[in-house]
Amino acid sequence: MIDNKKFVAIVQATAKRIEDEKDFLTELDNAIGDGDHGINLARGFAAVEKKLPELAEKDLGAILKGIGMALVSNVGGASGPLYGTAYMKAGAALKGKTEMTPEDFAAAFDAAIGGVQMRGKAHEGEKTMLDAQMPACKAYKEALAAGKDMKAAVHEAVEAARKGVEYTKTILATKGRASYLGERSIGHQDPGATSSLMILEEFEKAL
Amino acid sequence: MKKIINDVENVEQEMIEGLVKSRSRKLEKLEAGNIVVRKERKQGKVALVSGGGSGHEPAHGGYVGRGMLDAAVAGPVFTSPTPDMVYEGIKAVATDAGVLCIVKNYTGDVMNFEMAVDMAKDDDIKADYVVVNDDVAVEDSSFTTGRRGVAGTILVHKIAGARAEEGGTLEEVKAVAEKVIANVRTMGMAIKPCTVPAAGKPGFELPEDEMEIGIGIHGEPGTHREKLQKANEIAKQLLDKILADIDYSGKEVAVIVNGMGATPLMELYIVNNFVQDYLKEKNVRVYDTMVGNYMTSIEMAGFSLTLLRLDDELKRLYDAPADTAAIHR
Repeated sequence: MIDNKKFVAIVQATAKRIEDEKDFLTELDNAIGDGDHGINLARGFAAVEKKLPELAEKDLGAILKGIGMALVSNVGGASGPLYGTAYMKAGAALKGKTEMTPEDFAAAFDAAIGGVQMRGKAHEGEKTMLDAQMPACKAYKEALAAGKDMKAAVHEAVEAARKGVEYTKTILATKGRASYLGERSIGHQDPGATSSLMILEEFEKAL
Repeated sequence: MKKIINDVENVEQEMIEGLVKSRSRKLEKLEAGNIVVRKERKQGKVALVSGGGSGHEPAHGGYVGRGMLDAAVAGPVFTSPTPDMVYEGIKAVATDAGVLCIVKNYTGDVMNFEMAVDMAKDDDIKADYVVVNDDVAVEDSSFTTGRRGVAGTILVHKIAGARAEEGGTLEEVKAVAEKVIANVRTMGMAIKPCTVPAAGKPGFELPEDEMEIGIGIHGEPGTHREKLQKANEIAKQLLDKILADIDYSGKEVAVIVNGMGATPLMELYIVNNFVQDYLKEKNVRVYDTMVGNYMTSIEMAGFSLTLLRLDDELKRLYDAPADTAAIHR
């Protein structure tokens, strides 16, 4: 079970992780995009961190919505609307809740992915953040169904996301700026999938 | 990194303030952010809003003024402005006649402008948008995000701006913008990459004797790399790709020989010298040519060629008066 206090701590850890990995994410993006993923996401999460004190006492739905709004108005690029929409949709799924059960997390994760698909008009297998998120969500739900606890299930999700990131190295980008590279996008891992993995890893560490 | 800047964090804002101060009688910056708007706005005229990442100067703030844009929203370098900022721009210039946003086809720009147009509609502002996709370097297929919007966007600003100025309705201004989009094609190349100030190093590396063909305008690599050739051969390669895309034969065209930021005018004129002769040879009649830095990629060295197929309506609007930092008619 995750209450809002714990969730705020997770978001703080996520913000720190993104700041620490800013250059790495930017380097990945330089190879197949326009080299701003790390810079933009770090700017967005810094804004989120600043806003957390005023969100901390609210319910999880409101916290997630606040995070989403901060990302949309501070990240820019494509990742702003994508991550922003993901957090806002997750917030809508947890509206009014002050604690998140393992099932709530599955519902929020599903809603977040739905938001990314809607905003990005993308599917799995197009070398995007969905290639980390979708297998992770599937693995999480399967682990819960198999009777595992939340910590073990999130571990499965992280493993699946990691494989997803590896998988993005082998496929052709068909969405976003990387799609213009054609065959040349093969061999590079997707920056958005990588940042999604980092966000999940921080979630796991906190459990 | 060697640049004439102050702090990396303030590059965009200082650039916008400097632009506005250079035309202080005609332009102003909104308090809300890096948004350039026309000081004098006509009621009842469709308002045109464009924007995108910074680093493409004079695009887009340099095209704000009579006969072209009413507002330009600047994001961080090479990063789309956020929906709330675009919405501030829309709100500031919106009239009863409505607002048309001109968006370059990049995933981020399209998503952020779409969200902003939705916000405007929620507030009962009549708003719509067009997406420019003139870059023939990339295939417009289901395997890509579609063609990028590059230097041809300037001609959409010019022609749609003229149509709005002469009193066209939102539907009419949108229709002529779409007509430009359907008839304009661009292709670019680079011999030197550029450095995003916040990144501190070039987006890609290019050996002394190589060039990158099919670049966009964000310092990203192009479609392929080859040995550097003479100016005429490079220009021919770009033109052939454009001419193969739509039929220009026997048609009148407007041409842009666009520098990417660090290309000397000397080289752009050398390119143009060939372009004019080659088009004549291909039975394409040049109505007018613009040579200069119109849609740049910071200090990238390279150029792009743009051809717009004209008809009488487009010619009239192309020639209509404009008073902006970068285009005067």
